[in-house]
Amino acid sequence: MAESLLKAIGISKAFVGVQALKNVSFEIQPGEIHCLAGENGSGKSTLIKVISGVYTPDEGYMEFNGKQYSKITPIEAINNGIQVIYQDFSVFSNLTVMENLAFNSELADGRKLVNWKRMRNIAEEAIAKIDFEVDLDAYVGTLTVAEKQMIAISRALMFNTKLIIMDEPTTALTKKEVRNLFNIILKLKDRGIAILFVSHKLNEVFEISENFTILRSGELVASGSTADLDDRKFSYFMTGREFEKRHFVATNVSEKPIFEARSIGIEGVFSDISFKVHRGEIVGITGLLDSGRTELALSMFGIRPIETGELLIDGQQVSITSPKAAILHKLGYVPEDRLSEGLFLSQSIADNIVISEIDRLTKTAGVVDQDKRSAEIDKWVKELAIATPDPNNACQTLSGGNQQRIVLAKWLACNLDVLVLNGPTVGVDIGSKHDIHGILQELAKEGLGLVIISDDLPEVLENCSRILVMKSGNFVAELQADETDEQTILSYML
Amino acid sequence: MEYKTKRILKKITRRNEPYIFLVLLALCLLIEVRSGQFFSSNNLVDIASALIVPGLFAIGAFLVIISGGIDVSFPALASLSVYATTKYLLDINYEGGVWLAILMALAIGALLGAFNGLFIGYFKLPALIVTLGSSSVFKGIMQGALNSRQLTIIPQGMRDWGTSALFTAKNPVSGLTSRMPVAFIAFLIVLFFVSFMMRYTMFGRSIYAIGGSESSSHRAGFNVIRTKFIMYIMVGMIASLAGVIRVCMMQQAHPTNMLGMEMNIIAGVVLGGTAITGGRGTLLGCMLGTLLIVIVENSLILLGVPTSFKSVFTGALIIIGTGVSAYQVIRMNRTRRMKTRARRVA
Repeated sequence: MAESLLKAIGISKAFVGVQALKNVSFEIQPGEIHCLAGENGSGKSTLIKVISGVYTPDEGYMEFNGKQYSKITPIEAINNGIQVIYQDFSVFSNLTVMENLAFNSELADGRKLVNWKRMRNIAEEAIAKIDFEVDLDAYVGTLTVAEKQMIAISRALMFNTKLIIMDEPTTALTKKEVRNLFNIILKLKDRGIAILFVSHKLNEVFEISENFTILRSGELVASGSTADLDDRKFSYFMTGREFEKRHFVATNVSEKPIFEARSIGIEGVFSDISFKVHRGEIVGITGLLDSGRTELALSMFGIRPIETGELLIDGQQVSITSPKAAILHKLGYVPEDRLSEGLFLSQSIADNIVISEIDRLTKTAGVVDQDKRSAEIDKWVKELAIATPDPNNACQTLSGGNQQRIVLAKWLACNLDVLVLNGPTVGVDIGSKHDIHGILQELAKEGLGLVIISDDLPEVLENCSRILVMKSGNFVAELQADETDEQTILSYML
Repeated sequence: MEYKTKRILKKITRRNEPYIFLVLLALCLLIEVRSGQFFSSNNLVDIASALIVPGLFAIGAFLVIISGGIDVSFPALASLSVYATTKYLLDINYEGGVWLAILMALAIGALLGAFNGLFIGYFKLPALIVTLGSSSVFKGIMQGALNSRQLTIIPQGMRDWGTSALFTAKNPVSGLTSRMPVAFIAFLIVLFFVSFMMRYTMFGRSIYAIGGSESSSHRAGFNVIRTKFIMYIMVGMIASLAGVIRVCMMQQAHPTNMLGMEMNIIAGVVLGGTAITGGRGTLLGCMLGTLLIVIVENSLILLGVPTSFKSVFTGALIIIGTGVSAYQVIRMNRTRRMKTRARRVA
């Protein structure tokens, strides 16, 4: 067997009282594609930071190319050929592609003056390594996420790189861009560069990696060849729980629709969209990113009011031209990007829960009734099992799954009739995803009408009773979830 | 070929400088048409000499804003260093050249700038809070410890430098003359030095990089703390130079005369297309924006607008100017999103 590129033996690391890593060992061979998986807080990032020299391990040691280190500095890590590509890619969006590519090596050479010609040469050389074509004079801020990632990769390759660590590289990419990225990863592998791929999306783990390591609560729970791994085992290793799929069956469907859209449209975005939502059912709307699905959700909630057609709630025609009007008609919306659109991250969990119903929690003269307020908060924290020691903590202290629960709680507190969810489990780990699905199904059974907008097909199939497929601003198919499969939906989407 | 010109054109229209230049030109022409005095040689010289002090302040403010910070302390900083210098030189009955005054003010400016840089760079405190605080501290030292009052006499060397002219322009119609102060050279030197630094040194590029993303700069290997520290020292020195020039040109040291200038200076910098969030902007735009403010402040009288309405006009200009650039950003983001979309479809 060839000598390992990197070995980490018995690594432990604790932060003020929290054991982030417990006796974790793993190794990676030259040219190996290795996936490091684990839920939020499992110690993935800590492990990366130990390897790249940001943290010093409390116990254990590392071996690079047979040389032993009990601790390593960031510079030593780079000199040993380790490069980390963080989730934000560490690019400068205010500067040109050329500078972004050339800065690191210019700095490493200790240059004091800028020679634009030399910078251009360095940049050209860098992008040629992965056959990446881009305008060197463009500002990085105008590029797509995938292009920024390519810049980060090209930049990482400029040193004598042997291992590239990518932190959640596919989070913001479209399917096509992911494919592209995988091709590049395979090319790098051919050149003997090892890739450590951090992810919690299992289809990616299966597709690209040869070996895997799964962490849970700082401990190594499984490692080995990806070929021996399957869906169920993966979920089990990640969460320590066994899941069975609970296909949603609408049981308590109302006769009359609670929400109806009659040939609604917005010029150039979508047109002639008609559908009904009954109490007790979950309607799935799926389509590619540019199909208009998000815009449709936004117009249901009044953020982008419709231009043609009409909306009916409970049989009455209504005009929804603002989110306020939508809330008045008992319609709620969980946005795609909960971090920037759905939550006040720096505010407390409690305030986030009561924000939408704050008008109803008042005494005379508009003063908030503190007793009512805390009763509401306690109720929802309990009901949705939000894991927090204190609801007065800031929202950003919670994991993605728990944050999503707060968004839900905020709406449920309003006694809604219809709830529209856009990408309800994006960036949420497996365990929480499962729980959120359970909550949604429960809500439908209690008589809420739900619309889930998602391109996560297994999610749509598992949770929706009816599925509407959108393409270029139109519905192209309506399918019953129990009579269809992923392939069929995909064929309509594309 | 056609593609290339198109791209260059697109690049130009995306930038702020052409717009501000057009506005500037329109304003100049308007004043010229109304008064016939704008393009007279003495008025142009007057404007150039009125640009020196705000221009120097603007260069300092520009550096700070590019780095992602904001500095509201530079007028107080300049006042303190020049007041201390003048007072000391008077006390020792200094009779030599202006160079000692400049060197002393620069040294004090560097020290006071280091004070800002220490808190902003090393202690990582927000620049606005630190400079609001240091502004009060500087004013307090000046008024309390130095017991400041108006100094109607300044040392001989400073007085001579303030009145010495590169050349004198005479208006053939009105017979008015205007002097181009020697200090204009100092302004040009600083301008040249800073533009070279921002474009051709790693230090200058690191200021841009830090304004773009501090954490990325750190990861790329820039020394963020040291860069900020040195930059605030430089800003302190540039502001103090402006202070010395101001005192020399006015022939007296007035302790509160410069206070309150910070808002118009920052507005000029932002008007010239420097992003208030940091990382983006050019010195050329910054100078055009400052020039616009200077012209409005100095030449409205030629339009027949009473001086008491000056601040209304400056305010309106700032709102409109920054509004236009904000609109541009929105438009740019929109086209960018559409482009991303188009690419996703492709």
